[in-house]
Amino acid sequence: MTEAPERATERSWPLWEVFVRGKRGLSHVHVGSLHAPDATLALRNARDVYTRRQEGVSIWVVRADDVTASSPTEKDSFFDPAADKIYRHPTFYDVPEDVEYL
Amino acid sequence: MYGNDVIDPNEPLNAAETDAYDAAAAHDDQRAVVGDDFDALIAADQRIEPRDAMPDKYRETLIRQIAQHAHSEIIGMQPEGNWITRAPSLRRKAILIAKVQDEAGHGLYLYSAAETLGIDRQELLERLHDGRQKYSSIFNYPTLTWADCGAIGWLVDGAAIMNQVPLCRCSYGPYARAMIRVCKEESFHQRQGFEILWNLMRGTESQQAMAQDAADRWWWPALAMFGPPDTGEAAAKGGHTEQSMAWGIKRFANDDLRQKFVDMMVPQAEKLGIVLPDPELRWNDERGHYDFGDIDWDEFWQVLRGDGPCNAERISHRSRAHEEGTWVREAANAYAAKQATREKQKESAA
Repeated sequence: MTEAPERATERSWPLWEVFVRGKRGLSHVHVGSLHAPDATLALRNARDVYTRRQEGVSIWVVRADDVTASSPTEKDSFFDPAADKIYRHPTFYDVPEDVEYL
Repeated sequence: MYGNDVIDPNEPLNAAETDAYDAAAAHDDQRAVVGDDFDALIAADQRIEPRDAMPDKYRETLIRQIAQHAHSEIIGMQPEGNWITRAPSLRRKAILIAKVQDEAGHGLYLYSAAETLGIDRQELLERLHDGRQKYSSIFNYPTLTWADCGAIGWLVDGAAIMNQVPLCRCSYGPYARAMIRVCKEESFHQRQGFEILWNLMRGTESQQAMAQDAADRWWWPALAMFGPPDTGEAAAKGGHTEQSMAWGIKRFANDDLRQKFVDMMVPQAEKLGIVLPDPELRWNDERGHYDFGDIDWDEFWQVLRGDGPCNAERISHRSRAHEEGTWVREAANAYAAKQATREKQKESAA
């Protein structure tokens, strides 16, 4: 049972978020978004739009709808648990200055 | 090889190569201190992000400005695209193709930035095609000779960079970030334009005349690109400058950017051996700037209203290209749908 092909316009092309790895050893970084009908074309378009000057060695594309983001309005309570644990940072500890390699 | 001794590489050729660009690109994020209130963020020179609450007017203003900017990028492909098949060498042809492709890319960055404000790209294209939204008037002038490609790169892209560098610290984050990418890439556009003119000016007499003629035709429209004066009789009625400045969308007045542009271009014209078509152009020691003659604002408004040499041609070409691409978009959709169906069948069979 196949449905009749829809006469879809560009409006229906989903949005993809684009992540580019600048060079080996670095992480992928979000660089922008684009519209494409599927993942293959999203990748090709991302190459043409975001890496025309060798800005990347690897690209990820992710459907924008598939990204779950933390809510900016709950930012305070969401990140709160980390706020009072300064002992997680090395600078928290008092150690004598003349100890080497510490 | 020619082209290697064009300009002193230590001298900034355009605003994107000066400290102004780095200053604009550097952003000090103080949101943790400032909070999420729109007015507080604007007052503290912070970036507004897509999910922040913002006044409707701010959103509308940005959609209009970013869309107009995006439209200018893609319409701007036409005057130079006109010369791709007739570029004088393979080297020039490859450069021109890369440049026109960049303009398409810049349009895409900007449409993406506009979409973060909650408007669909297709809607923006419709507004362009039916004339509800505008693009920069400069692209309604024709490219009559090869030297026009040089003049566009040197003057038009030069003016565009001058306008765009301050936008790298526009208050709206996605727009500012798009502009950082655009400015970096525009730099090559201006240099290649300068190089075209430089070579023509060192060529035969008729090549020199061609370069001079192109500069004669593009100089005044390039000055008009900064928009009408901010004050005085010729100032636009109901202009957006004041509000846009208060909102940190615009950073400098039109006249200030225009003056900076003139001050930067006069020495470059002298180096090229091109005479800028303005008898009133002279250094003013008192002001520390070049004085220049009056711009024909009647012509500017006439072209903006749709009565320029190429207005109808640009839009009809754009609409036709869009319509003729329909089958490609439909085929891509059909293929994507077929692939998705196959995936589903595979999953349910497994």
